[in-house]
Amino acid sequence: MTGFLVRRVAGALVILLIISAVTFYLFYAIPRDPARAFCGKICQPETLALIRHNLGMDEPLFVQYWHWLTGIVAGRDFVQFGECPAPCLGYSFATQEPVFGAIVDRFPVTLSLTVGASVVILAFGIVTGMIAAWKVGQPLDKIASASSVIGASLQIYFVGPLLAFYLVDTLQLIPRPSYVPITESPVEWFTHLMLPWVVLSIIFTANYTRMTRSQMVEQLAEDYVRTARAKGMSNRTVFFRFAWRGAMIPIVTIFGVDLAVLLGGAIITEQTFSLHGIGELAVRAVQNTDLPMLLGVTIVGATAIVVLNIVVDVLYAFIDPRVRLS
Amino acid sequence: MTTVSWSGEPGTSRGPGPFLSVRDLSVEFSTEDGIVHAVDGLSFDLEKGTTLGIVGESGSGKSVTNLAILGLHDPAHTKISGEIWLEDQELISAGSGTMEKLRGNRIAMIFQDPLTALSPFHTIGRQIGEVYRKHKGASKKEARERAIEMLRRVGIPQPETRVDHYPHEFSGGMRQRAMIAMALVCDPDLLIADEPTTALDVTVQAQILDLLKELQQQFGTAIILITHDLGVVAGTADNVLVMYAGRAAERGTVREVLREPRHPYTWGLLSSMPRLNSPVDVPLKPVRGTPPSLLNPPPGCPFHPRCDYAELAGPELCFTQRPSISPETGHGDACYLTLEQKRDLRTATTEDRA
Repeated sequence: MTGFLVRRVAGALVILLIISAVTFYLFYAIPRDPARAFCGKICQPETLALIRHNLGMDEPLFVQYWHWLTGIVAGRDFVQFGECPAPCLGYSFATQEPVFGAIVDRFPVTLSLTVGASVVILAFGIVTGMIAAWKVGQPLDKIASASSVIGASLQIYFVGPLLAFYLVDTLQLIPRPSYVPITESPVEWFTHLMLPWVVLSIIFTANYTRMTRSQMVEQLAEDYVRTARAKGMSNRTVFFRFAWRGAMIPIVTIFGVDLAVLLGGAIITEQTFSLHGIGELAVRAVQNTDLPMLLGVTIVGATAIVVLNIVVDVLYAFIDPRVRLS
Repeated sequence: MTTVSWSGEPGTSRGPGPFLSVRDLSVEFSTEDGIVHAVDGLSFDLEKGTTLGIVGESGSGKSVTNLAILGLHDPAHTKISGEIWLEDQELISAGSGTMEKLRGNRIAMIFQDPLTALSPFHTIGRQIGEVYRKHKGASKKEARERAIEMLRRVGIPQPETRVDHYPHEFSGGMRQRAMIAMALVCDPDLLIADEPTTALDVTVQAQILDLLKELQQQFGTAIILITHDLGVVAGTADNVLVMYAGRAAERGTVREVLREPRHPYTWGLLSSMPRLNSPVDVPLKPVRGTPPSLLNPPPGCPFHPRCDYAELAGPELCFTQRPSISPETGHGDACYLTLEQKRDLRTATTEDRA
């Protein structure tokens, strides 16, 4: 287990290095000069050179990348902004705020959104899938299957405003989506994020319903399930103790992959409901050619996905005794 | 086979009869292509302490029959008629609660492939123990003790540590032993073994069969042994039932059926079996043709399209009429040929081979 974790974390670090290097390189491959943007409309060549120097852009690319890397571990000293303590991801080109601080500020919003949506997805998707599998071929199964097809074809930017219009504006059932820190008021946090959670999870929930149903139906036809019945196990035991266990494995695997997609979906959801999360930072960084912010957001997102995938792999070994973490 | 002597309405109790009695059993599956007549009017009896070998090709209804005894068919797609009596309990009309109490307790089953038939997610000990807990109301600790005892009984070394292992940590033969331990944990009266040795190599096969025999002698268990291996039947069974297209083709004691087979299909099965003492240059003679479709079984005797002697029984007889097994008891077969004809034909074919 320890060996497994050490190896996986080392692998994750390599992946993150590659991602940041590629992002760094690609940023300079686009024909836009952030220094010129800083300089303003009337720009003296001397000023431009000074800005370039201050941003570290007069140095070779790999030196700049090296500075960026060492900054994360040891901190950096920026001439015009002052000391940037570790972990330093630099200062935003556009707003001059420290990137790390900006991300830390926004992170709870995106995290709340993603975790909440995950809970909705797993709870609703798996439960409806199980009901459909339990009642396979019966009306309840058909309703669940049909609604999952509809759900899977709905898009966030369509359902989001639509639901907001009806539930918030017309019927006034729930408050307008916004972010209230959970430390401030857990109830407000919950009610204000309810709509974004539902909207973000609709497509995924539908997929998990279908997947759970088909996995359960498949598992119920397995030999070992027949053996369990032949032993006199009740339908409920067979369903929940045997088939369920087998059906969980592919679901956990797919969920590990879907987490990345979910994070992408969170960006769209944040935009749809004007929530100030990482997604908003990412979109703005792209619009402003803001390399430090872009790199910071990319690395934080990638780290989240890589870490969650390690968690999923460990979980996997708990569910299936045939998988060994060595 | 003993005389069948019982009377009474279906579903009521009856006088002393055989331990297990299957009467006119039919199993039909509804599929998208139509109705499959998997078992069609099958009857047989089984006494305590004896072994009945059921042989036949794939799709002849061997497994379907035994799943019907256990009540494991999906009721939504299956129509079962006839009667199955386990002492004074009728099984087809029994409720699901009754069947749950019987399964694993009085009737147990061993499946063909122990790798897929055991749950990969639970330890061997738990899989054995949960049967004991369910039917005997034992505590977790008692169930574990019992599992260890059962593993020891089926010859698994170090049962105290093996009990906590998962099936994938066992070898094929060990898994089948564990499967047998699981089937026998509640001392069942009836054990159905569905090709228990097919997935195993030959040396392990012999061990498993010996184990079953030994346990039968100890506990007087009645065993139904489903197999397509006549060698296994010859070595283990007391009685044989040859099935073809969901019907009984021949039945009798092992000696009767293997020494003096009467049904042309049984001849075919026997002549397609390699023998150590037959000359190597004489090719084996398999039964020609393929098993019939059970969606549209052929009219008349289901075996007639593959039978070389269908003309001998009389004009059109085999093509239009369905023979039933006769005589009612003892060594019987479902064929219109007379006993003399069969004896002559068999002598001729045996001479051919020798």
